[in-house]
Amino acid sequence: MIRTALLVCAKDLRIEMRSRVLLWQVLPFGVMALLLCGIALGPARAGNSSAGPGLFYLVTLLVALLMINRSQSVEKTPGTKASVATLGLDPAGVFLGKSLALASELWVTGVILLAGSVLVLHTSLHGAILALPSVIVTLAALAVAGTLYGALTSGGDGATLLPVLALPAFAPLLIAGERSFSAALHHGGIWRWWLILSVALVVYSAIGILLYGVLEES
Amino acid sequence: MMKQLSQRLFGPLTLTAMGVNLVLGLWIVPPDKVQGELARLVYIHPSVAWVALYVSFGTAAISSALYLWKRTRSVVMDRVAHCAMEVSVVFIALTLITGSIWGRPAWGVWWVWDARLTSSAILGVLALGYLALRRANDDPQLRARRSAVFGVLIAINVPIIHFSVQWWKTLHQGATVFTSNRTLLIHGIQAWTLLISFIAFTMLFFWILRYRYRLEVLRENIAGASLEEALSARRREGAQS
Repeated sequence: MIRTALLVCAKDLRIEMRSRVLLWQVLPFGVMALLLCGIALGPARAGNSSAGPGLFYLVTLLVALLMINRSQSVEKTPGTKASVATLGLDPAGVFLGKSLALASELWVTGVILLAGSVLVLHTSLHGAILALPSVIVTLAALAVAGTLYGALTSGGDGATLLPVLALPAFAPLLIAGERSFSAALHHGGIWRWWLILSVALVVYSAIGILLYGVLEES
Repeated sequence: MMKQLSQRLFGPLTLTAMGVNLVLGLWIVPPDKVQGELARLVYIHPSVAWVALYVSFGTAAISSALYLWKRTRSVVMDRVAHCAMEVSVVFIALTLITGSIWGRPAWGVWWVWDARLTSSAILGVLALGYLALRRANDDPQLRARRSAVFGVLIAINVPIIHFSVQWWKTLHQGATVFTSNRTLLIHGIQAWTLLISFIAFTMLFFWILRYRYRLEVLRENIAGASLEEALSARRREGAQS
């Protein structure tokens, strides 16, 4: 399973490196969304960093939706599914590999958006560094849940269906992520939220390992 | 024979239970000392929420899980999950509406960003998402598999809603019946009426579910017959030309 996961992860990341969709399409969208949040709030409120954690996660969530769609569209190229089926790859490994690749992309995006929120929304740099472990866990949980929801909505009306299904399910992750970030800014109890996020990560991973094969059955 | 009799009696029994609940809740039980007549909503709102969150979602989640397990995989499980989820959408909407009617005089607003209310609303959107997912897939097997996975996934939200009043500081009152120290916070005729309301609404759910299931079977039969008819027509056209 681990070997399959590493193979699939390497394949997805290699495709990303070659196509550079993340660099030229997703990241500019994220930065633009962050700027729009600042514009919508106005200079006085955007400069007040209390809104920073919530806006950071909101933008990350929107970016994550694009990346989940992208992660699934990679599988839609003719013959890919048939090749995976012929190779007899372990579905749990495929799930973990795709999740790991998505998490890696989200971590890169997250760090850039975090820097953006420090610059644009005046979030404290010290707080942002303290929040980094919880951001990493939140984005990993988003990636795992996102891979599951991406597989659920792949094909047909998937692009429009994904936000409808995934956003309400991501809401608890958004809340926990925002609270842990705010706790880091105010030097509060970050570990409680970190624990909740870790539990979410484990639960979604377990469900994915068990059920991804069912979604990929033909 | 017994099965037919119980099926025939279930409807009238449900209506009787609902009638008893209505009479007791609206006329016989005295008004509450603090909330007055407003407290009569206690014989509707908690039982509607019970059906929405636990009975209907539980039925949908268990049926979905049974569909995913290869030994119990059958079209019946898929249909039950689908029908239960459809009924749950109605009950979640009723929960939010009756909650708002209670909230307006009690809290002064129709809606607050309370953990219980928000998580219930999210569950409602997820249930609508389930129905959207079913409509998005034409292949019956693919649709059943995806819906079953989603049915299990969204069940994670039910414990979050249940414990939300303990995990967060909320305006919504805590548990009255299923308290953490297992002591009832309601007594006498109020407790009995509340119990009857729970039974009546649970019976109503299963009654609606039964009819919705039969409707689904009929709909599938009609869809199958239409397909057969269209195929026969094409074959006739082919034979003539």
